[in-house]
Amino acid sequence: MESGKKFTRFLNSDKGLSLLCMPALALMIFFVLFPLLQGIQISLTNWNGYSQKYSYIGIENYKRLFTDDMFYTAFKNTLIYGIGSAGIQTILGLAYALLLQKNFLGRNFTRTVIYIPVMVSSLVSGYIWYFMVQYDRGALNDILQLFGFDKIDWMANGLRAVLIITFINGINYVGKTMIIFTAGLNAIPADYYEAAALDGAGKWTSFQYITVPQLLPAFTTNIILNLIGGLKLYGLIISLSGGGPGYASHSLQTLINHMYFSNQNAGYAAAIGVVTFIFIMFISIVVKGAIEKRAGEYN
Amino acid sequence: MVAAAVLLVIHFVPFYILISVSFKKQMDLSSRWSLPNYFHFENFALALEKGGLLQALINTFIITLISVILIVLIGSMAAYPLARVKSICNRVLLSVILGVMMIPPLSVLVPLYKTMVAIKGINTYWGIILISVTYNLPISIFLFTNFINTIPTALDEAALIDGCSKISVFYKIVLPNLKPVTASVVILTGVYVWNDYSFQMYILQKKDLRTVTLAIGSFFTENAANLNAGAAAALLAIIPPILLYLAMQKYFIQGIADGAVKG
Repeated sequence: MESGKKFTRFLNSDKGLSLLCMPALALMIFFVLFPLLQGIQISLTNWNGYSQKYSYIGIENYKRLFTDDMFYTAFKNTLIYGIGSAGIQTILGLAYALLLQKNFLGRNFTRTVIYIPVMVSSLVSGYIWYFMVQYDRGALNDILQLFGFDKIDWMANGLRAVLIITFINGINYVGKTMIIFTAGLNAIPADYYEAAALDGAGKWTSFQYITVPQLLPAFTTNIILNLIGGLKLYGLIISLSGGGPGYASHSLQTLINHMYFSNQNAGYAAAIGVVTFIFIMFISIVVKGAIEKRAGEYN
Repeated sequence: MVAAAVLLVIHFVPFYILISVSFKKQMDLSSRWSLPNYFHFENFALALEKGGLLQALINTFIITLISVILIVLIGSMAAYPLARVKSICNRVLLSVILGVMMIPPLSVLVPLYKTMVAIKGINTYWGIILISVTYNLPISIFLFTNFINTIPTALDEAALIDGCSKISVFYKIVLPNLKPVTASVVILTGVYVWNDYSFQMYILQKKDLRTVTLAIGSFFTENAANLNAGAAAALLAIIPPILLYLAMQKYFIQGIADGAVKG
């Protein structure tokens, strides 16, 4: 009886309330924290991914990163995927949002068509675009030939493949960026613009001094979301180029998969995983800090 | 207006080509820009049966449904104390949970795979469901916490005075009020789970457990000769999420706005 009362009192305290967090915490500890720590442990071994035997080799895997051309290429590509996607989506997304602010028949339909690729798995989206960029009978090459040009083997050149994948990723997710900017634009009170017009401000001036500062939170969100999305890019690369030609279009994410499954080098794959994780965390914290500092100066 | 029309065309072209290819016979070598002048549905039948897409649609539906129910339940439960008890510990916990959103899936997959092998979770529904739930919980907790912050505490207090325990306040008072934000959580995480590739690829390796993305992937790598059936499979796979979007557009846009406020 006494312990029953104690238990009720415990349930009524703030600590008891925290019990509601337990299922979520348990899952996170078991499937996030534990694998992260285990990843560090595996990265210090020469484990091949399936054998019972392996030995600790210290920081050999990390040393190898510095001399590995594949890692260097994947690292560079990951930066292009991240920065390129963020650039394309932020600039196009803002342009689309501004363009579609004016009301016209079919505006909602246009927004819907632009947004739909966001709903499609990036792996499947890569296969859809494959029909566009294919060498034989690809839709783009059909157009080139129609105008008398030679066919281009779009994905045969490493850097071009990386840029094409970046562009497709940008086009696929521009709809999300557009919606966030549209929400930001709709939240700007109309009288700001009226007051500016009374003071004789032109369109460009009010864009510069009203629209851009008011959209700063939307800019922060979009740049960070798109940057992280691009740095984590995976399915689209798998379906469009598979990391090729050779290893020229691998990102760090696809390289981990390649090292683990194709090369049976789980220790090295885990090391790349640890580095990628730290790298993405670092970049998002730095970028977020930098944008918020700029925003502070603006106000 | 003209600019909008150009945008519309550019964004629609890949889907137009996909539709054109998926309705053509394999022997039809006409340009992909021209639509077929006959009706041909064999590609779809081939995709559903031989490509195992029908089974994959069922698998994906089960996995997504159970995952989303758990994501909503566990996420809203965790969000309540995090929103109501403003301690330093809770604030730290919340930012750590948000950090999980940034983790690139492949970075944890080597050890995660090893863990799943150890607990016999490979090639099981529960294995992929637990992982899908865990990695979608952060966005769910984030949205629920923000929403609960906007519910006045006066409601909770009134119920406490009436003799409710703190935990039953959550079930009786708070939970029924979460409907609008629940729609956002369901839509956002449902689409993530439906479209996931990296986790599913590692956890589900048996053919009869394949999900939609895995089935499409194997269609293009194993049956490279029949691209028309591949196109039909891709078209069938993207229809459910697109229909969901068309039906619940309002909630989608709200969900993105909710999720974006604080980044």
